Amino acid sequence: MVTHILGTSVKNKNNEFRQTLTGFLGYYVAERIRSIGAAAIYGVVRLGRMGLFLLKAVFYAFTPPLKFARLVKQVWFIGFQSTLVILLTGAFTGMVLGLQGFYTLTRFGSEAFLGPMVALALIRELGPVISALMVTGRAGSAITAEIGIMRISEQIDALELMGLNPYRYLIVPNLLAGIVALPLLTAIFNVVGIFGGYLVGVKLLGVGSGTYLGEMANYVDMSDIAGGIYKSISFGVLITWVCCYKGFYTGFGAEGVSRATTQAVVLSSVLVLVWDYFMTSALF
Amino acid sequence: MIRVENLHKSFNGFQVLRGVSFEVVKGEILALIGQSGFGKSVLLKHVAGLMQPDSGRVVVDGQDMCCLSNKDLVRLRNRFGFLFQGGALFDSMTVFDNVAFPLREKTILGEDIIRRKVLSELEQVGLIGSERKYPAEISGGMIKRTALARALVTDPEIMLFDEPTTGLDPITVKTIVSLIAACHQRLTFTGIVVTHKIPAIFAIVDKVAMLHEGTIVIAGTPQDILASDEPIVRQFVHVHESSQEPGCQT
Repeated sequence: MVTHILGTSVKNKNNEFRQTLTGFLGYYVAERIRSIGAAAIYGVVRLGRMGLFLLKAVFYAFTPPLKFARLVKQVWFIGFQSTLVILLTGAFTGMVLGLQGFYTLTRFGSEAFLGPMVALALIRELGPVISALMVTGRAGSAITAEIGIMRISEQIDALELMGLNPYRYLIVPNLLAGIVALPLLTAIFNVVGIFGGYLVGVKLLGVGSGTYLGEMANYVDMSDIAGGIYKSISFGVLITWVCCYKGFYTGFGAEGVSRATTQAVVLSSVLVLVWDYFMTSALF
Repeated sequence: MIRVENLHKSFNGFQVLRGVSFEVVKGEILALIGQSGFGKSVLLKHVAGLMQPDSGRVVVDGQDMCCLSNKDLVRLRNRFGFLFQGGALFDSMTVFDNVAFPLREKTILGEDIIRRKVLSELEQVGLIGSERKYPAEISGGMIKRTALARALVTDPEIMLFDEPTTGLDPITVKTIVSLIAACHQRLTFTGIVVTHKIPAIFAIVDKVAMLHEGTIVIAGTPQDILASDEPIVRQFVHVHESSQEPGCQT
């Protein structure tokens, strides 16, 4: 009898424990699902806001008045002031390509194709991508920081209260400057890179000058050059969009601006590489 | 002119405004007082249309701020002047260019007329000689005075001042308060001043409203506020009176 009562009591305790455990697990699982759902909604809202931001910027870019003086200033800032870093990276990228290309092609006895190899690699891929990454690091971060500081110091609110549209003043000039500057910087990168490859291949390693340039002319099409330009234009939009957006919706204080700047550079760089894949698969 | 009706606003579940209502008639200045963090600046930004309320409405000159088209909102804002707490000067521009900015962007005035108007405004606020300096090169009081000149250069009908005297020395406080009074005499704008400087600002305002825990606990003339028996009001007014700087007591 006592054993029976004890057994029942233990069984009841076990049942209670099981119910509590099930309840706790149920609660835990429900909480996990809720937090995943909340994160997904948050992500979709952010994406939507980012998309609307671009749409507004494009709308204001094609409706007058255009702030021409600010556009020129931003072309100067994004374009001209990035020239030195583009010259340096372009030259050394071309030289490395010349070096690596020569040693690889020598194995197959095809060093005559060094010119087209360097040119195609630069024009189709490395020129647009590395130029975009350099502009992201140099100008993109500065754009985010500038707009972010304007946001936290209420300068953007001041613009709005003067009845002026912050998109026209801050976003559109950057967007258009990116579209103008990136293809030009990419072109400079390509030319300097090809010359760097020429220096190493022809002057250092002994490939014939006529071979290097002649084969290049044979194998490089206008479609390759056009593809590179399309890529660089799209990168110009991508970088200015992300960097302006991150600055415009920056967090609070200096920490918020610094976080926004880091996020802008990381997100722009990753998106450039991802978008490059899709562009390459569509264009070539 | 400005009517705020039952305004509610919360941020991340925290209710900042819980049914705020008040009215400012044309040509009057209202001082909005209250402890820091109780939503005075948030309320001012609602009046300016920079924030949207969760419920309630702000009516300016018969127009409901929430229901205005972009075009109408811009037209209404052209009648506003706003003095931000930190000045909100464009740090890439000089003092002169900051004050000239709204005229260059919003009017078709020639550069000569703009120059004359800006210099006259800078003279009013005592900044002649500093017009080529950048905001980073001038003091807090000069930043506030530049921001005041920028806000007033377009002759606004409605002026909103967000803590115009916070963080300034007693002499500069007096200067700013006198400037606001002088500008009000000149332009007869309708104004709202968010402030802590009770004795200094009471001399130039027509009405005072105190915001406490998201609602207006008292509204009336400065004399009504000073004579109030409400414990919260008495505590706030007397703490501020006793903590006023020696320069203001004379």
